[in-house]
Amino acid sequence: MFQTVKELVELAEKDQKKISEIMIETEIETTGSNREAIFAKMSSNLDVMEDAVKRGISENIRSHSGLTGGDAKRLQAYLAEGQTLSGVAMLDAVSKAMATNEVNAAMGVICATPTAGSAGVVPGTLFGLCERLKPAPTRDQMVRFLFTAGAFGFVVANNASISGAAGGCQAEVGSATGMAAAAAVELAGGSPQQSAHAMAIALGNMLGLICDPVAGLVEVPCVKRNAVGASTALVAADMALAGIESRIPCDEVIEAMYRVGRMMPAAFRETAQGGLADTPRGRALKRQIFGHDGQKSVTKHP
Amino acid sequence: MKYRSVFDIIGPVMIGPSSSHTAGAVRIGRVARHLFGAQPMEAAITLYGSFAETYQGHGTDVAIIAGLLDFEPNDPRLPDALELAQKEDLKISFIADKETETEHPNTVRIRLSDQQSDIEVVGVSIGGGKIEIIEVDGFNISLSGSNPALFILHQDKYGAVAEVASLIAKYEMNISYMEVSRKVKGSLALMVIQTDEEIGGKLAEEVGLLPNILHVAVLS
Repeated sequence: MFQTVKELVELAEKDQKKISEIMIETEIETTGSNREAIFAKMSSNLDVMEDAVKRGISENIRSHSGLTGGDAKRLQAYLAEGQTLSGVAMLDAVSKAMATNEVNAAMGVICATPTAGSAGVVPGTLFGLCERLKPAPTRDQMVRFLFTAGAFGFVVANNASISGAAGGCQAEVGSATGMAAAAAVELAGGSPQQSAHAMAIALGNMLGLICDPVAGLVEVPCVKRNAVGASTALVAADMALAGIESRIPCDEVIEAMYRVGRMMPAAFRETAQGGLADTPRGRALKRQIFGHDGQKSVTKHP
Repeated sequence: MKYRSVFDIIGPVMIGPSSSHTAGAVRIGRVARHLFGAQPMEAAITLYGSFAETYQGHGTDVAIIAGLLDFEPNDPRLPDALELAQKEDLKISFIADKETETEHPNTVRIRLSDQQSDIEVVGVSIGGGKIEIIEVDGFNISLSGSNPALFILHQDKYGAVAEVASLIAKYEMNISYMEVSRKVKGSLALMVIQTDEEIGGKLAEEVGLLPNILHVAVLS
């Protein structure tokens, strides 16, 4: 059992195990389930993520409000032309993160990682890396990626928060980005300590990010926040793999995120009262979606 | 620790866009349907608080109907629930009540009926897809919907609770939580019994045959 990233890394180093293995063993210990059942459950979550990504990059997705959809596909088409500024692997991950959130916004099936609104970063990063890494990751490694991401998310959820209403977007997409960065390091063969540094670098760069959804919907800017979250995860993972360390320990970055969230005004915590939601266009979109005053009071369905 | 399993972090699998406004709403609708015991002919749904403010964008209305059709939060038919309900002649009315103050922002009142019977259920979506049923037919209760539960409307007479409890013991089942709620002494009462084990149809049938029992529903 671990409560901090420090303990998690120490457990892994002591027995020369991967973070994913520590997470699996902890799950066995706390739930009483067996390894096969736990692995199979995570594997079926992976199937859900894969289906959502495939839908998002191939179908014409559109949300009920019409605010989001189609951008993942647009980015794939751009990628196919072969002229990118930030690189194919990077944009592939970005596109697959958006795919997941576009499917979420359009009421498709997704796996919350750690929430529905931040569900794109982890699978986007994973499926982007699957195209990039040679040899391609095995199914076993892909499932383990999710256990590693889950282990870091577990620490954040219990010591800080994964709720936008409690801690802003830094708690949702910020956490997801840190989780994805840490898991990417393990998948690429990095050490548990490097995973912790990747998480610290990624989350450290998300501190202060507010939750300001236009019209209160999980769409704008959520889809693009997940997109850029995936790119940040990859960059942070690369930095850690290069041997770059976070000067502030990962647990202290998590603690800082928690304290920043506590100091955040309510307007920036999923109330749609501040930030992009409170711009002239943001307010206009809300009126457009919910009726003249944004306060449609009675609706009857046939 | 607030979160105990890795699947609290990587999961649940659900239809988007929101764990509280969509997945939780499905679960409330589904529990209401199971308490009613069949597919209703009519459903009158009143949304309060944040549910009333943002239900359209989050698909909360569609999600509740999906629950009434007995779909799970990850059922791919969820987005089509309104059309599917129409096909099955389920009459639905929605009211978004922004005046009434409720304790929790995500509250919904669901009244289900057919020619024989009716039921009124109040549920709240407390976050992350977790729900609580707080009222049934005017009885205040607390039901999470995550454990198997027996739900028994009975005459408020001595022995009624003991007889049900001994039947459960006969089936070698363990009661993990139990509450009895009544409005007036000696009139009607509602027993909610959560168990560790799944509740079989046979047990429910035997409970229904006991004296003083008026209605039995099983939540699995």
